[in-house]
Amino acid sequence: MDHLDRLEHESIYILRETVHRFEKPAMLWSLGKDSNVMFWLARKAFLGNIPFPLMHLDTGLEFPEVYAFRDRYRAEWDLNLIADDCPPIEEVDQDLPPDSRVAARKTLGLKQALARYEFDAIIAGIRRDEQATRAKERVFSPRADDGSWDVREQPPEFWNHYNLDTPPGIHVRVHPLLQWTEVDIWRYIQRENIPIVPLYFAKDGKRFRSLGEIGITKPIDSEAADIAAIIAELETTSAPERAGRTMDHEAENAFERLRSSGYM
Amino acid sequence: MDQSPKSAGIYPVVILGHVDHGKSTLIGRLLHDTGRLPDGKLAELEAAAKRRGAALEWAHVTDALQLERDQGITVDTTRIWFPTARRTYQIIDAPGHAEFLRNAVTGAAAAQAAILMVDISRGVEAQTRRHAYLAHLLGIRRLIVAVNKMDLVDYSSSRFSLVTSELDSYLTEIGLEADVMVPISARHGDGVAAGSADMAWWTGPTLLQALDALPAPAAPRERPLRLPVQDIYRRDDSRILVGRIEAGRVRVGDNVDIAPGGQQARVASLETWNGAVQLAAAAGESVALTLDKPVFVERGHVLVAPAAPAAQSHAVAVRLFWLDRTPLKPGDRLTFKHLTASYPVTVERIRHLVDVETLAEQDATEVPQNAVADLVLRSTRPVVFDRHDEDPATGRGVLVRDYRVAGGCLLLDGADTVKAQNITAVSTSVGPAERAAANGHLGGVIWLTGLSGAGKSTLAMGAQSLLFSRGWQVTVLDGDNLRHGLNRDLGFSAEERAENIRRTAEVARLMAESGMIVITSLISPARADRAAARQVAGGHFREVHVRADLSVCEARDPKGLYAKARAGEIRNFTGISAPYEEPERPDLAIDTGRDSVTAAIAKLVDHIDRQFGRSTASLRLSDRRVAG
Repeated sequence: MDHLDRLEHESIYILRETVHRFEKPAMLWSLGKDSNVMFWLARKAFLGNIPFPLMHLDTGLEFPEVYAFRDRYRAEWDLNLIADDCPPIEEVDQDLPPDSRVAARKTLGLKQALARYEFDAIIAGIRRDEQATRAKERVFSPRADDGSWDVREQPPEFWNHYNLDTPPGIHVRVHPLLQWTEVDIWRYIQRENIPIVPLYFAKDGKRFRSLGEIGITKPIDSEAADIAAIIAELETTSAPERAGRTMDHEAENAFERLRSSGYM
Repeated sequence: MDQSPKSAGIYPVVILGHVDHGKSTLIGRLLHDTGRLPDGKLAELEAAAKRRGAALEWAHVTDALQLERDQGITVDTTRIWFPTARRTYQIIDAPGHAEFLRNAVTGAAAAQAAILMVDISRGVEAQTRRHAYLAHLLGIRRLIVAVNKMDLVDYSSSRFSLVTSELDSYLTEIGLEADVMVPISARHGDGVAAGSADMAWWTGPTLLQALDALPAPAAPRERPLRLPVQDIYRRDDSRILVGRIEAGRVRVGDNVDIAPGGQQARVASLETWNGAVQLAAAAGESVALTLDKPVFVERGHVLVAPAAPAAQSHAVAVRLFWLDRTPLKPGDRLTFKHLTASYPVTVERIRHLVDVETLAEQDATEVPQNAVADLVLRSTRPVVFDRHDEDPATGRGVLVRDYRVAGGCLLLDGADTVKAQNITAVSTSVGPAERAAANGHLGGVIWLTGLSGAGKSTLAMGAQSLLFSRGWQVTVLDGDNLRHGLNRDLGFSAEERAENIRRTAEVARLMAESGMIVITSLISPARADRAAARQVAGGHFREVHVRADLSVCEARDPKGLYAKARAGEIRNFTGISAPYEEPERPDLAIDTGRDSVTAAIAKLVDHIDRQFGRSTASLRLSDRRVAG
């Protein structure tokens, strides 16, 4: 087994634990590279029959290429997809910095879905190497009744005994990709030939390294027009992956505040 | 496939040590010195330091939480990646504060090697020893000691020798040996990535050189198969077992034992998502497979190599590290999770606490938070395990209390100690819910009906044995046996048969209400009598038609009764001289003329499990709308 095999088999184990334990899980499909890898792993874990819906928290602000991708693969893969609109920005906590408010609509969209569909587990494709607060996450991360994340009271998690024993009434965030790195994701996409939104590939000297909403997501300077070039670029860069996500950088604790209140 | 060195693997290293001995600072320094600090991070830290009017804090690179920056401590474990010429490291920062030991464990358990930080101005402290011992318990076998803050002692080589020899003797006592001990100053960068002019006396490696000198993780030893069943999926008519191979390998065609219970089967196929042919799989792989016959198998069962079965014991001796605030006491009931099984266990007794400073064994009446202890756990079901010294991966588990992992256990041995005297608390309410919670299943009456020789007794006994091995409360009411006692005044007239069945149903109901699975084995030929039995037993009742053609039954004739009936020696013999009214809509029908004994028993047990056991994910899987 090589490194990617080990990651793959651990993620499959995590997905199967989720379906064993929870009555109504749902998988967030943001349409980004990570969530496509996660979907791919779910196909493998459940032998082609994924026993839960995918969910796109739609702000209406995705790039046109993202919507085109969604509509194509929704049909091609015959997906059971929930794509409800997120609540409007007026309903967001107005104390948050402006760009964070755009992102916080997804938190509200998630809360809306939790209430509407009564999901007890939300599978999200976050990774530890993306962002410092995500680095402190658990694979199975129990949430309080209001969906918030209590970083001070996280349960221990070791030896592959994940936190499956949670009190009734709360939901759990499941993070099957937590241990993957950005380069792992790209190597796996390359190995498995997983479709992705073309915005990741450089055009006219720019590409998107991380995809978010229009207006709060900027492309980076890059000539990487294929996966091999992207991997080579990542081997040498010291720029952080989410540098183009403006909401992360508005205040020292902007992202932590978003996550504590339930953002992915 | 990508064969570049970096895809060969990530080397996870945990940084341990007493709070304030400089762990997070070291990480910030390592990233800076290896050029892996993200663009803008240094400026961000400088700006933040200016705002606070304080010196630049390297620790803030990883102490990402506001709370951590405000209080200057690490609350939770985090992970950082950085490459050297040799390999990529994943650095796991574990909090040193005693209160956060649970977070330290979370981080440290994933590591191949540990860097133990010691503040030279403070020397070896309680948390230093505790963390070293913890690393040992968690199975970390490579250790680098980083003696930090050398700048505070003027880079004194004699102070360095003093601290290292003190630590060395402690490590030796707990069976650990440091690969190397290096002097550093994380804040100023001495001895981290580069040597130091202030420590010209030091001829050993820098910290980075020491890391790169650690040997690559050894390949896991070849061990016999251990494949814990994680779940069972149904696809069309086949049952697919899924799980991760913890040890050994499995090939299509291999015979496997299913523990506990001792059933055997052969691996019929390895299933893949895209139909690709797979013939073998090895440790670490999450597989899906089918067996050649229908056996009773559920999550928690372990497929093991027949030549090398795992140990099984209702009582196990464990070495525990306890993380919960509430102390653990004898008699406490909790859940022991091992491989994919969850065993309800009781703390039978505490053998002793282990003082992690002196390693002395102390008598104790409870295990307080963050203590290490040896104790005996008693399970209602047999625990299938390997000793920790045989295989760390299959020889350890966790204790769960109040929805949280509360401790980690290394399995030392089976412990067939004399059962402690049972003192049952007086409870005002013992209802079906309490019984079901205690037993792990509901009460039920499995009413087997069918001709003499159809196989009722065989199925009843086989199912009883399998369920019993899983810790179920189960018994068999056999018609013949009842006629020796309870029903010895009854003959075989229609009225007497009816009374025979009524009494049996009443007894079965009483037992089912007390939480048991009761399998009755009576010919019960009359529909009206069986309907009456259903009336008596109510919601507990399940009718199972054990069917076989009369000719088959007559050929079997296990008790010689058909021969006697044909000879006219027995009157009113069902099938010969008295009618058998087949059930019109039984809850389950099993054809013993067609199914093998094993297959028939598996069907019966599967039915009982589905009707009265914990619900399984497999059921839900087949019901749900499917994507992909």
